[in-house]
Amino acid sequence: MTPLPYYLVLSSLLFIIGLAGAITRRNAIIVLIGIELMLNAANLNFIAFWRHGVSGQGNAGLMFALFSIAIAAAEVAVGLALIIAIYRHRKTLDLNRVNSLKG
Amino acid sequence: MTISFIILAILVLAGAALAMSLRNLVHCALCLVLSFTGLAGLFLQLQAQFVGFAQILVYGGAVSILVVFAILLTRSGDTQESAEINRDWVIGCWIAAIVFSTLAMALLSSAFFKEPQAVPGQADARAMGHELMTRYVLPLEAVALLLTAALIGAALIAMPELRKPQGHAPDKEVA
Repeated sequence: MTPLPYYLVLSSLLFIIGLAGAITRRNAIIVLIGIELMLNAANLNFIAFWRHGVSGQGNAGLMFALFSIAIAAAEVAVGLALIIAIYRHRKTLDLNRVNSLKG
Repeated sequence: MTISFIILAILVLAGAALAMSLRNLVHCALCLVLSFTGLAGLFLQLQAQFVGFAQILVYGGAVSILVVFAILLTRSGDTQESAEINRDWVIGCWIAAIVFSTLAMALLSSAFFKEPQAVPGQADARAMGHELMTRYVLPLEAVALLLTAALIGAALIAMPELRKPQGHAPDKEVA
Protein backbone atom coordinates (compact mmCIF):
# COMPACT_ATOMS: atom_id res chain seq x y z
CA MET A 1 0.00 0.00 0.00
CA THR A 2 1.37 3.40 -0.95
CA PRO A 3 2.15 5.41 2.20
CA LEU A 4 -0.11 8.27 3.18
CA PRO A 5 2.37 11.16 2.64
CA TYR A 6 2.59 10.46 -1.10
CA TYR A 7 -1.14 10.97 -1.40
CA LEU A 8 -0.95 14.15 0.64
CA VAL A 9 1.82 15.55 -1.55
CA LEU A 10 -0.08 14.61 -4.69
CA SER A 11 -3.27 16.26 -3.46
CA SER A 12 -1.45 19.43 -2.42
CA LEU A 13 0.15 19.61 -5.89
CA LEU A 14 -3.29 19.18 -7.45
CA PHE A 15 -4.64 21.87 -5.14
CA ILE A 16 -2.02 24.43 -6.10
CA ILE A 17 -2.46 23.69 -9.82
CA GLY A 18 -6.14 24.47 -9.42
CA LEU A 19 -5.37 27.52 -7.31
CA ALA A 20 -2.88 28.92 -9.82
CA GLY A 21 -5.37 28.38 -12.63
CA ALA A 22 -8.22 29.99 -10.69
CA ILE A 23 -6.05 33.02 -9.96
CA THR A 24 -4.38 33.57 -13.31
CA ARG A 25 -6.88 32.57 -15.97
CA ARG A 26 -9.38 35.11 -17.19
CA ASN A 27 -12.10 32.91 -18.62
CA ALA A 28 -14.86 32.21 -16.10
CA ILE A 29 -15.26 28.58 -17.17
CA ILE A 30 -11.58 27.85 -16.58
CA VAL A 31 -11.77 29.48 -13.16
CA LEU A 32 -14.66 27.16 -12.31
CA ILE A 33 -12.61 24.18 -13.51
CA GLY A 34 -9.78 25.28 -11.24
CA ILE A 35 -12.14 25.33 -8.27
CA GLU A 36 -13.28 21.84 -9.21
CA LEU A 37 -9.67 20.65 -9.20
CA MET A 38 -9.20 22.07 -5.70
CA LEU A 39 -12.33 20.27 -4.49
CA ASN A 40 -11.05 17.05 -5.97
CA ALA A 41 -7.74 17.45 -4.17
CA ALA A 42 -9.67 17.70 -0.91
CA ASN A 43 -11.62 14.57 -1.83
CA LEU A 44 -8.38 12.68 -2.42
CA ASN A 45 -7.24 13.72 1.03
CA PHE A 46 -10.45 12.49 2.63
CA ILE A 47 -10.19 9.09 1.01
CA ALA A 48 -6.48 8.71 1.68
CA PHE A 49 -7.00 9.51 5.36
CA TRP A 50 -9.93 7.11 5.52
CA ARG A 51 -7.97 4.29 3.89
CA HIS A 52 -5.00 4.73 6.18
CA GLY A 53 -7.21 4.65 9.25
CA VAL A 54 -6.25 8.03 10.61
CA SER A 55 -9.83 9.05 11.32
CA GLY A 56 -10.41 6.13 13.64
CA GLN A 57 -13.23 3.66 13.18
CA GLY A 58 -16.09 4.15 10.79
CA ASN A 59 -16.38 5.43 7.25
CA ALA A 60 -16.69 9.13 7.90
CA GLY A 61 -14.00 10.04 5.34
CA LEU A 62 -15.66 8.03 2.63
CA MET A 63 -19.05 9.55 3.37
CA PHE A 64 -17.59 13.02 3.38
CA ALA A 65 -16.05 12.46 -0.04
CA LEU A 66 -19.34 11.12 -1.36
CA PHE A 67 -21.32 14.12 -0.11
CA SER A 68 -18.63 16.43 -1.40
CA ILE A 69 -18.98 14.94 -4.89
CA ALA A 70 -22.75 15.43 -4.78
CA ILE A 71 -22.46 19.04 -3.65
CA ALA A 72 -19.77 19.76 -6.23
CA ALA A 73 -22.12 18.52 -8.93
CA ALA A 74 -24.80 20.95 -7.74
CA GLU A 75 -22.23 23.72 -7.60
CA VAL A 76 -21.07 23.12 -11.16
CA ALA A 77 -24.65 23.14 -12.43
CA VAL A 78 -25.44 26.46 -10.75
CA GLY A 79 -22.06 27.95 -11.68
CA LEU A 80 -22.36 27.11 -15.35
CA ALA A 81 -25.93 28.39 -15.43
CA LEU A 82 -24.69 31.67 -13.98
CA ILE A 83 -21.90 31.76 -16.55
CA ILE A 84 -24.36 31.25 -19.38
CA ALA A 85 -26.61 33.99 -17.98
CA ILE A 86 -23.64 36.36 -17.71
CA TYR A 87 -22.60 35.57 -21.26
CA ARG A 88 -26.11 36.22 -22.53
CA HIS A 89 -26.12 39.56 -20.76
CA ARG A 90 -22.63 40.82 -21.55
CA LYS A 91 -21.42 38.77 -24.52
CA THR A 92 -18.11 38.09 -22.81
CA LEU A 93 -16.68 35.79 -20.17
CA ASP A 94 -13.48 37.73 -19.57
CA LEU A 95 -13.44 38.23 -15.82
CA ASN A 96 -11.47 41.44 -16.16
CA ARG A 97 -14.39 42.95 -17.99
CA VAL A 98 -17.18 41.41 -15.91
CA ASN A 99 -16.45 43.57 -12.90
CA SER A 100 -19.72 45.17 -11.87
CA LEU A 101 -22.85 43.66 -10.42
CA LYS A 102 -25.14 46.19 -12.08
CA GLY A 103 -26.03 44.91 -15.51
CA MET B 1 5.09 3.53 -3.75
CA THR B 2 3.85 1.36 -6.56
CA ILE B 3 4.09 1.73 -10.33
CA SER B 4 0.34 2.20 -10.67
CA PHE B 5 0.42 5.08 -8.20
CA ILE B 6 3.17 6.81 -10.18
CA ILE B 7 1.32 6.39 -13.47
CA LEU B 8 -1.96 7.63 -12.01
CA ALA B 9 -0.26 10.56 -10.28
CA ILE B 10 1.40 11.64 -13.53
CA LEU B 11 -1.94 11.30 -15.31
CA VAL B 12 -3.74 13.44 -12.73
CA LEU B 13 -1.10 16.14 -12.50
CA ALA B 14 -0.44 16.38 -16.24
CA GLY B 15 -4.16 16.50 -16.98
CA ALA B 16 -4.72 19.21 -14.41
CA ALA B 17 -1.73 21.27 -15.53
CA LEU B 18 -2.76 21.06 -19.18
CA ALA B 19 -6.38 21.91 -18.32
CA MET B 20 -5.16 25.03 -16.55
CA SER B 21 -2.67 26.13 -19.21
CA LEU B 22 -3.99 25.29 -22.67
CA ARG B 23 -5.45 28.07 -24.78
CA ASN B 24 -8.20 26.18 -26.53
CA LEU B 25 -11.00 25.61 -24.04
CA VAL B 26 -12.24 22.41 -25.64
CA HIS B 27 -8.78 20.91 -25.15
CA CYS B 28 -8.93 22.10 -21.55
CA ALA B 29 -12.16 20.18 -21.02
CA LEU B 30 -10.65 17.01 -22.51
CA CYS B 31 -7.59 17.25 -20.25
CA LEU B 32 -9.95 17.77 -17.34
CA VAL B 33 -11.63 14.43 -18.11
CA LEU B 34 -8.18 12.82 -18.12
CA SER B 35 -7.39 14.26 -14.71
CA PHE B 36 -10.73 13.25 -13.18
CA THR B 37 -10.44 9.72 -14.52
CA GLY B 38 -6.95 9.41 -13.07
CA LEU B 39 -8.33 10.52 -9.73
CA ALA B 40 -11.02 7.85 -9.98
CA GLY B 41 -8.22 5.34 -10.54
CA LEU B 42 -6.53 6.57 -7.39
CA PHE B 43 -9.77 6.17 -5.46
CA LEU B 44 -10.08 2.61 -6.74
CA GLN B 45 -6.49 1.96 -5.73
CA LEU B 46 -7.41 3.16 -2.23
CA GLN B 47 -10.15 0.49 -2.09
CA ALA B 48 -12.93 3.07 -2.27
CA GLN B 49 -14.81 1.36 -5.09
CA PHE B 50 -18.12 3.12 -4.75
CA VAL B 51 -16.62 6.60 -4.59
CA GLY B 52 -14.30 5.76 -7.49
CA PHE B 53 -17.15 4.78 -9.77
CA ALA B 54 -19.22 7.72 -8.56
CA GLN B 55 -16.26 9.93 -9.48
CA ILE B 56 -16.21 8.49 -13.01
CA LEU B 57 -19.98 8.92 -13.37
CA VAL B 58 -20.29 12.39 -11.87
CA TYR B 59 -17.03 14.06 -12.86
CA GLY B 60 -15.92 12.07 -15.91
CA GLY B 61 -19.46 12.07 -17.25
CA ALA B 62 -21.82 14.73 -16.02
CA VAL B 63 -19.53 17.58 -15.00
CA SER B 64 -17.35 17.38 -18.11
CA ILE B 65 -20.39 17.27 -20.37
CA LEU B 66 -21.76 20.34 -18.59
CA VAL B 67 -18.42 22.13 -19.04
CA VAL B 68 -18.30 21.25 -22.73
CA PHE B 69 -21.88 22.46 -23.14
CA ALA B 70 -21.04 25.74 -21.44
CA ILE B 71 -17.93 26.21 -23.60
CA LEU B 72 -19.85 25.58 -26.79
CA LEU B 73 -22.90 27.64 -25.76
CA THR B 74 -20.75 30.65 -24.93
CA ARG B 75 -18.51 30.18 -27.98
CA SER B 76 -15.45 30.33 -25.80
CA GLY B 77 -13.86 27.71 -28.03
CA ASP B 78 -13.51 30.23 -30.86
CA THR B 79 -11.84 33.02 -28.99
CA GLN B 80 -8.32 32.45 -27.77
CA GLU B 81 -6.85 34.19 -24.78
CA SER B 82 -3.69 36.12 -25.37
CA ALA B 83 -0.70 33.87 -24.89
CA GLU B 84 1.88 36.18 -23.45
CA ILE B 85 3.06 35.68 -19.90
CA ASN B 86 1.92 38.79 -18.06
CA ARG B 87 2.11 39.97 -14.49
CA ASP B 88 -0.94 37.97 -13.42
CA TRP B 89 0.84 34.75 -14.23
CA VAL B 90 3.86 35.63 -12.15
CA ILE B 91 1.74 36.65 -9.17
CA GLY B 92 -0.43 33.56 -9.47
CA CYS B 93 2.55 31.25 -9.58
CA TRP B 94 4.07 32.99 -6.57
CA ILE B 95 0.88 32.56 -4.56
CA ALA B 96 0.69 28.92 -5.57
CA ALA B 97 4.31 28.35 -4.54
CA ILE B 98 3.73 29.99 -1.17
CA VAL B 99 0.62 27.88 -0.53
CA PHE B 100 2.48 24.74 -1.52
CA SER B 101 5.41 25.48 0.74
CA THR B 102 3.01 26.08 3.63
CA LEU B 103 1.26 22.79 2.99
CA ALA B 104 4.57 20.95 2.64
CA MET B 105 5.85 22.41 5.89
CA ALA B 106 2.70 21.34 7.72
CA LEU B 107 3.04 17.90 6.16
CA LEU B 108 6.67 17.46 7.09
CA SER B 109 6.08 18.49 10.68
CA SER B 110 3.08 16.18 11.11
CA ALA B 111 3.20 12.72 12.60
CA PHE B 112 2.14 10.87 9.44
CA PHE B 113 5.68 10.61 8.19
CA LYS B 114 6.95 8.90 11.30
CA GLU B 115 4.43 6.33 12.38
CA PRO B 116 2.27 4.41 9.93
CA GLN B 117 -1.27 3.97 11.12
CA ALA B 118 -2.50 0.53 11.99
CA VAL B 119 -6.13 0.02 10.98
CA PRO B 120 -6.88 0.48 7.30
CA GLY B 121 -10.45 1.38 6.45
CA GLN B 122 -12.57 -1.12 4.58
CA ALA B 123 -16.00 -0.59 3.10
CA ASP B 124 -17.84 -2.21 0.23
CA ALA B 125 -20.92 -0.77 -1.41
CA ARG B 126 -23.22 -2.78 0.83
CA ALA B 127 -21.71 -1.42 4.03
CA MET B 128 -21.79 2.10 2.63
CA GLY B 129 -25.44 1.79 1.64
CA HIS B 130 -26.29 0.50 5.08
CA GLU B 131 -24.54 3.40 6.71
CA LEU B 132 -26.17 5.91 4.37
CA MET B 133 -29.56 4.57 5.39
CA THR B 134 -28.89 4.53 9.11
CA ARG B 135 -26.25 6.86 10.47
CA TYR B 136 -26.07 9.36 7.60
CA VAL B 137 -29.71 9.41 6.59
CA LEU B 138 -30.24 13.04 7.56
CA PRO B 139 -27.27 14.37 5.53
CA LEU B 140 -28.42 12.20 2.63
CA GLU B 141 -31.86 13.79 2.68
CA ALA B 142 -30.32 17.24 2.99
CA VAL B 143 -28.12 16.58 -0.05
CA ALA B 144 -31.14 15.33 -1.99
CA LEU B 145 -33.02 18.53 -1.16
CA LEU B 146 -29.98 20.63 -2.06
CA LEU B 147 -29.54 18.89 -5.42
CA THR B 148 -33.20 19.36 -6.31
CA ALA B 149 -33.15 23.03 -5.36
CA ALA B 150 -29.84 23.62 -7.14
CA LEU B 151 -30.95 22.00 -10.37
CA ILE B 152 -34.26 23.87 -10.43
CA GLY B 153 -32.39 27.07 -9.68
CA ALA B 154 -29.84 26.38 -12.41
CA ALA B 155 -32.58 25.80 -14.96
CA LEU B 156 -34.31 29.02 -13.89
CA ILE B 157 -31.10 31.06 -14.10
CA ALA B 158 -30.10 29.69 -17.48
CA MET B 159 -33.56 30.19 -18.99
CA PRO B 160 -33.97 33.16 -21.30
CA GLU B 161 -35.51 36.10 -19.49
CA LEU B 162 -39.27 36.16 -19.74
CA ARG B 163 -40.98 39.23 -21.06
CA LYS B 164 -42.68 41.36 -18.48
CA PRO B 165 -46.46 41.49 -18.81
CA GLN B 166 -47.81 44.51 -20.65
CA GLY B 167 -49.15 47.50 -18.72
CA HIS B 168 -47.32 46.59 -15.57
CA ALA B 169 -44.96 49.57 -15.38
CA PRO B 170 -47.06 52.70 -14.86
CA ASP B 171 -44.31 54.56 -13.00
CA LYS B 172 -42.68 55.83 -16.16
CA GLU B 173 -45.89 57.28 -17.53
CA VAL B 174 -46.55 59.14 -14.32
CA ALA B 175 -43.06 60.55 -14.29
